[in-house]
Amino acid sequence: MEKETKNIIEMRHIVKDFNGFKANNNINLTLQKGEILALLGENGAGKSTLMRILSGLLEPTAGEIYVRGKKVDIKDPTVAKNLGIGMVHQHFMLMESFTVLENIILGHESTKGPILDLKKAAKQVSALAKRYGLTLDLNARVADITVAQQQKVEILKVLYRGADILIFDEPTAVLTPQEVTEFIKILKGLAKEGKSIILITHKLEEIKEAADRVIVIRAGKSVGTFDVAAVSDDRLAELMVGRHVNMTLTKPQVKAGKEILNVKDLHVKDNRGIMAVKGLSFAIHAGEILGLAGIDGNGQDELVEAITGLRHVTSGSVIINNKDMTNQKVRKITEAGVAHIPADRQKYGLILQFPLADNLALQTYYRPPLSKHAIINHKAIHEHAEKLIKQFDIRTTSATLLASDLSGGNQQKAIIARELDLKSDLIIAFQPTRGLDVGAIEYIHKQLLAQRSAGKAILLISYELDEIMQLSDRIVVLHDGQASGEVKPEETSNKELGLLMTGAKTEGTNHD
Amino acid sequence: MIKVSPKIKRILVPIISIIAGFLVGAIIMLIWNYNPIQAYSSMFASALGNMNGIGETIREASPLIFTAIGFAIASKAGFFNIGLPGQAQAGWLTSIWIVLAYPNMPKIILLPLAIIVGTIAGALVAGVAGYLRAQFGTNEVITTIMLNYIVLYTCQYLMQQVMSPNLRIDTDTTKNISSNGSLKINWLTNMFGGSRINAGIFLALVAIIIYWFLMKKTTMGFEIKSVGANPFASRYAGMSSKKNIILSMLLSGSFAGLGGVVQGLGTYQNYFTQTTSLDIGWDGLSVALLGGSTTIGILLAAILFSILKIGGLGMQTIAGIPYEIVSIVIAAIIFFVAISYVIGLLFKTKDKKNNYQQPQRKERGPNNGIDGSNIEVGKKGQI
Ligand SMILES: Nc1ncnc2c1ncn2[C@@H]1O[C@H](COP(=O)(O)OP(=O)(O)OP(=O)(O)O)[C@@H](O)[C@H]1O
Ligand SMILES: [Mg+2]
Repeated sequence: MEKETKNIIEMRHIVKDFNGFKANNNINLTLQKGEILALLGENGAGKSTLMRILSGLLEPTAGEIYVRGKKVDIKDPTVAKNLGIGMVHQHFMLMESFTVLENIILGHESTKGPILDLKKAAKQVSALAKRYGLTLDLNARVADITVAQQQKVEILKVLYRGADILIFDEPTAVLTPQEVTEFIKILKGLAKEGKSIILITHKLEEIKEAADRVIVIRAGKSVGTFDVAAVSDDRLAELMVGRHVNMTLTKPQVKAGKEILNVKDLHVKDNRGIMAVKGLSFAIHAGEILGLAGIDGNGQDELVEAITGLRHVTSGSVIINNKDMTNQKVRKITEAGVAHIPADRQKYGLILQFPLADNLALQTYYRPPLSKHAIINHKAIHEHAEKLIKQFDIRTTSATLLASDLSGGNQQKAIIARELDLKSDLIIAFQPTRGLDVGAIEYIHKQLLAQRSAGKAILLISYELDEIMQLSDRIVVLHDGQASGEVKPEETSNKELGLLMTGAKTEGTNHD
Repeated sequence: MIKVSPKIKRILVPIISIIAGFLVGAIIMLIWNYNPIQAYSSMFASALGNMNGIGETIREASPLIFTAIGFAIASKAGFFNIGLPGQAQAGWLTSIWIVLAYPNMPKIILLPLAIIVGTIAGALVAGVAGYLRAQFGTNEVITTIMLNYIVLYTCQYLMQQVMSPNLRIDTDTTKNISSNGSLKINWLTNMFGGSRINAGIFLALVAIIIYWFLMKKTTMGFEIKSVGANPFASRYAGMSSKKNIILSMLLSGSFAGLGGVVQGLGTYQNYFTQTTSLDIGWDGLSVALLGGSTTIGILLAAILFSILKIGGLGMQTIAGIPYEIVSIVIAAIIFFVAISYVIGLLFKTKDKKNNYQQPQRKERGPNNGIDGSNIEVGKKGQI
């Protein structure tokens, strides 16, 4: 080895071959002690694969890894753990029926003899949670908490294991802007304490804010490593996608048409039986994008589930295309003209054990041309899949690849492709660009605007204020299950939205 | 560790497992001072050595194929149907009863009628568990176990109290059925040296094809697999979980019921009081698990099972090995086949760690917890 190294991790010429497809193709990466290194790349570029190799979940086909100057063979996660490497995954690995606390200590239980010492664990975990500002109800069941809270559980889990090399695979994708700021503060604090961090994110501003250096990979190859201070956003986007990305959108004028969705005085309960949507009313017209802003956990999930028939409506009504669809069956609502891009893509959006083609057929498998007289036409399903893969640029080796083997962003693209292909009058897009790279976001945004131009009504729920501001014609702010205000994007500011979202200001200036 | 390609591994693992099972069985026999070579040769001689033995082996395999399919369908939907014995028993008694009641009806009507009635009986028994599960979320493991008892004693009651004495020899045994309702085929019996082989095997082969078609080609099968693999996404996609729960249990029970029908109209030609739940139910469960719920797997596992059973009789009668030892040997063989997963660990496929998501993709069907919850998260959930 060369002179004393400050590289805590060095990955050299890493290759990962999946049956002939090279997800990583000769990647070099160095992580220095105490730094935050951002890992940037398109959906499917091989970021998660590279990090899974580092955390012992995958074995590289070729290449070498050095940790603290010593060559290591990270053949399983235990080796990684003993080397002090901990990873927060892109998709959660939590036991749904366990409590938050149980999940955090799982595999690391403190015991009194053979008895679980939950009290002691609770103390340690809440101290940890407090120290890093991760507020959580330790006794809640993971199944009952929101996606964002689950992410926090994952983070606490790694911290609890005392790792000093931390890998975060798109940790911010589900956090609200406020939480992201918090999170980055935490990251910086950790780095200052001497922990070394690899951060995967598609958000350039986060890289700017948090990272010291950034490594860009494209199609499995390293493009280069850069000092964050010395490279511009545009340049990064270009390096990553390989072409110029237009990050500003032009929104064409569209005249709003007839009313497509009307939600009136809606009351919906959450899993615990507590009212989560408390008398919400709004309408969306053809050719209109209604943005629903709000902090995660203010009734968004319950609202969407109620509209789509997945959750019982306690009172109030949901009118779609002038038909009362309150408490109707899911399929009936879908057929009445509703497409739904769900927030939790792995739980609701996909059947991970099924091939991509079957997943793309999930909404239409039961009717021609995909099946006839209850007999499935596999050829048609395959062709349908090929068409969508091409049209939406889903990066996959084949239509028969299992959904679980798609990269996170491409799983999302698959869902969007399937739902937009329904050509429904109402599109409910819940965090549609979560986990997508800038190129893909640009594409999805253009798609949504094209749908709007085509006279579709779109309900956009996003924790991303920029996304809401860019796309929406009107914005309803949700706070504690109620509309705390309705504003127009050109007449409001992030600040006003922020106030409405926290409920600090109710019923903003109504511009109608 | 030996490096092989995944394809070769798939063939090698079961073969090695079976060999290992036989070796352990041999060791057990050696411990008790029996000659394993003599024992195994008598096993194969009696199960496969002559036409009669082959016929018996095929005959034994037929009902197992049905009950295994029954188990497999339910498990694809995420359920653990251990009520196969009861469902099969219901099929057995009802089909025999129909034939006894109308002995002179033309065969072309009577035989199908008896088969259908037995199928429906099995379906209804399983349907009860399905309905309770769908409507009240009652755990199907408990209800199907209890239904086994209910069927066991209801059959006894029906036999002894309800069935006309004209149809019985005594309170525990019915008369033999007329040839109009029998699955026996003379030329087949003659061809296989007078064994009890019957048309059940043809029905079983048809059932395998139906099972394959149902799961691979129909929207119904697609929905059943979806609900089993991810109930949340299935609901999201507009599939009715209630409908699919009940449907899959009805189908499951139908096949199990058919297993009983074949046992009655084919093997025994009558019904006699059972004191414990039917073996074909439990064995069908093992066959399905052993065969990984695939069509070929079920077929091969059923044949293996029946070779062991029929051959086991030969081990007793020809080699003079006591029943208990034979049972231990058979159990050892099945045990090794069942834990073939462990044998698989001996091999390093070229791509082993790709499969870090193994739990989800080993099989596309029942990766779910018995209660239908998703356990995949837990399996890969470690850092
Ligand atoms: N087990 C597998 N078999 C085949 N291909 C795979 C497998 N796992 C991953 N891939 C492929 O490898 C490529 C890289 O995937 P990876 O998950 O590393 O992407 P990523 O950079 O993390 O993308 P994203 O930003 O969308 O999460 C993808 O094209 C994916 O489909
Ligand atoms: Mg990824």
